[in-house]
Amino acid sequence: MTTARGQGRAALAYLSPALLVLVALLGYPVYQLVVISFFDYGQEQVSGGAPLEFLGLGNYSTLLGSAKFWSVLGQTVGFAAVCVSGTLVVGAVLAVLSTRIRPWARTCLFLAALGAWATPAVAGSTIWLFLFDANFGLVNSLLGLDGFSWTYGKWTAFGLVAAEVIWCSFPFVMITLYAGIRAIPTEVLEAAALDGASGWRTARSVMLPLLRPLLIVVTIQSIIWDFKVFTQVYVMTGGGGIAGRNLVLNVYAYQEAFAASEYGLGAAIGVVTTLILLAITVFYLRALRRSGEVL
Amino acid sequence: MRKVLAGLAALVVAAGCAPVQSGPAASDTDEKSGQLRVWLFDEVNRSAKEKVIQEAVAEFQGGHAGVSVDVQYIQVQSRAERFKAAFSDPASAPDVAEFGNTDLAGYVAAGGFADITADVAAWDEGKDLVPAVLDTAEVNGKVHGIPWYVGVRALYYRTDVFTELGVQPPSTLDEIAPLARRIRAARPELLGISVGGKYVYGALPFVWANGGDIATNNGDKFAAAIDSPQAKAGIAKYTELLRDDICPPAQCAGNGGDASVENFRAGKAAMTIGGDFNRKSVDASAAAGKYGVVPLPGKDPGSVAPAFSGGNLLGVLSGTKRKTLATEFTRLLAGKQYQRKMYDAMGNLPTFADVQRAVADADPFLKPFTTTLESGTRFVPVTPSWAKIDAQAVLPTMLQEIVSGGKDVDTATRTAADAMNAAFSS
Repeated sequence: MTTARGQGRAALAYLSPALLVLVALLGYPVYQLVVISFFDYGQEQVSGGAPLEFLGLGNYSTLLGSAKFWSVLGQTVGFAAVCVSGTLVVGAVLAVLSTRIRPWARTCLFLAALGAWATPAVAGSTIWLFLFDANFGLVNSLLGLDGFSWTYGKWTAFGLVAAEVIWCSFPFVMITLYAGIRAIPTEVLEAAALDGASGWRTARSVMLPLLRPLLIVVTIQSIIWDFKVFTQVYVMTGGGGIAGRNLVLNVYAYQEAFAASEYGLGAAIGVVTTLILLAITVFYLRALRRSGEVL
Repeated sequence: MRKVLAGLAALVVAAGCAPVQSGPAASDTDEKSGQLRVWLFDEVNRSAKEKVIQEAVAEFQGGHAGVSVDVQYIQVQSRAERFKAAFSDPASAPDVAEFGNTDLAGYVAAGGFADITADVAAWDEGKDLVPAVLDTAEVNGKVHGIPWYVGVRALYYRTDVFTELGVQPPSTLDEIAPLARRIRAARPELLGISVGGKYVYGALPFVWANGGDIATNNGDKFAAAIDSPQAKAGIAKYTELLRDDICPPAQCAGNGGDASVENFRAGKAAMTIGGDFNRKSVDASAAAGKYGVVPLPGKDPGSVAPAFSGGNLLGVLSGTKRKTLATEFTRLLAGKQYQRKMYDAMGNLPTFADVQRAVADADPFLKPFTTTLESGTRFVPVTPSWAKIDAQAVLPTMLQEIVSGGKDVDTATRTAADAMNAAFSS
């Protein structure tokens, strides 16, 4: 008992610097976010032109009662699902591919991927817009689609943005999984080969279980990233597309909170987004644990 | 976990836990020396503006020993963030700033700009300000800025195309669509008229000319009127222009005013709705030398559709520590002498009746714009809620919903009216 308590104290002591930083940089802002979400907090209130009014859950009921919020939420979930699965598939396929090609080809692939990864989101989005420009874009002139606007239709616009998001986020998945595959001991693979396992069988029964912890990490990362996509949607669809039909949650929160100076409502959207992400992550982890995974 | 949650809840509920508010913005000190900070908008051709400003600064510093003027040029796109930050933190705010007249009500409600009614009344040049223009600087009868220049829009058209096809500029608002359709049928590479789904100031004259309005003021509260039969007739007329046989939605629905004029500059449109402030850029484009301008016609032949009276003001921030100096500098820069210089440098239309007449007599190009000004202009609702309606893109969304085929005029205008009423009542 005493040793356990002593160990706990030691652990706390080791953790305290990190905890301090976390509380200061994450805990306090989150606390402020939650507090603001309970108030009618607009520009007049910030600059002292009007008194503060405590709304309790008023902002949340406004938000949850608005049809727009639910349609934007649905769009966000669908959009994130496409981006996550796209990122994982492209990343995994290229990771497997890069273990089987010659070093020079692998180097080229990695350089190209790192280039995409290193490109700032605003620059990447703008370059994609140039490539897909209706009149002067390279893609339209190659496909002979002169004058076709990719950003006008709801689905072509979403597709274009999703492709850009996948393009800039697959390198992380690819490199992580490549490192994971390389870390599998050759003895294990040789043993499987000696037992007469086919390539597919080896991949499914040997490599996949060994890679699962990594897959969990990249999946959760991707979900969080793609759920929170802002820059690409904001830049490529001009702030939410024609008549706001390409809005996702983060762009919507920005419109409400900063453009319309409704910081209280914007904070409520932020809190709801955080809760949804937490719920998804917890649900995902529990599902994994139930399937017998040691986390 | 439950304990943590309970603890958090207790923290939140604990008394005194409220978001930060900055103190009262007004300042009691009135220093007569030191640095005067000025924010002006950045422009595409800023060097021309900068030269006039430098002249004004030199004159002001020459007349006030121990005073220096620091001018910063801020981006129009990020103005909302800059001004909000300035209002929240008076220490980093300027003393004098240029701002758009549509932003005025929101800025005043935020406590940002000082009441200078008395200063304008006591100013000998103040009486020559065009009354309708001075109205755009007022909130509840109090003046919070001096109009620096006005901007109105009119109909630009390509004289070469019109001559070739043997057509005349439209004489009523209803003639625009058939004419534009006819031009595009004859010259398919041209947009009949370049307008846009985000071009609210291009669409509003259609609403006003049909007898409609954005909102009506019932004493102390505004009520949306964009779904009235008259307003809907105007919206229908405008959105009729955003069709494949005039200005295809795939090309035009995402365009605002600048992009609409850009098509005309690129020689890809037979007509557009452009402002007096667009002239210099059109003169430096593919359309140079082969375009004319007429007032946007109204419902009846010979009438003019009421234009939106846009423009910028110069105001004194309420947090300034140098109110006297700031007011004096504002009066100098917004005065007749420097408005005239700004007109020569930038083409900005002056706000004084006599200066306006003088420049219009000297330059026939301005005739359609001054005619438009004289036949009466209109404005957006003067309420802090307008800033929110503008930021939530209520009207552009309404136009885009109609032109992209998502909703009919009735449904889209009703949705917009609901959104506006929600903003008015909050």
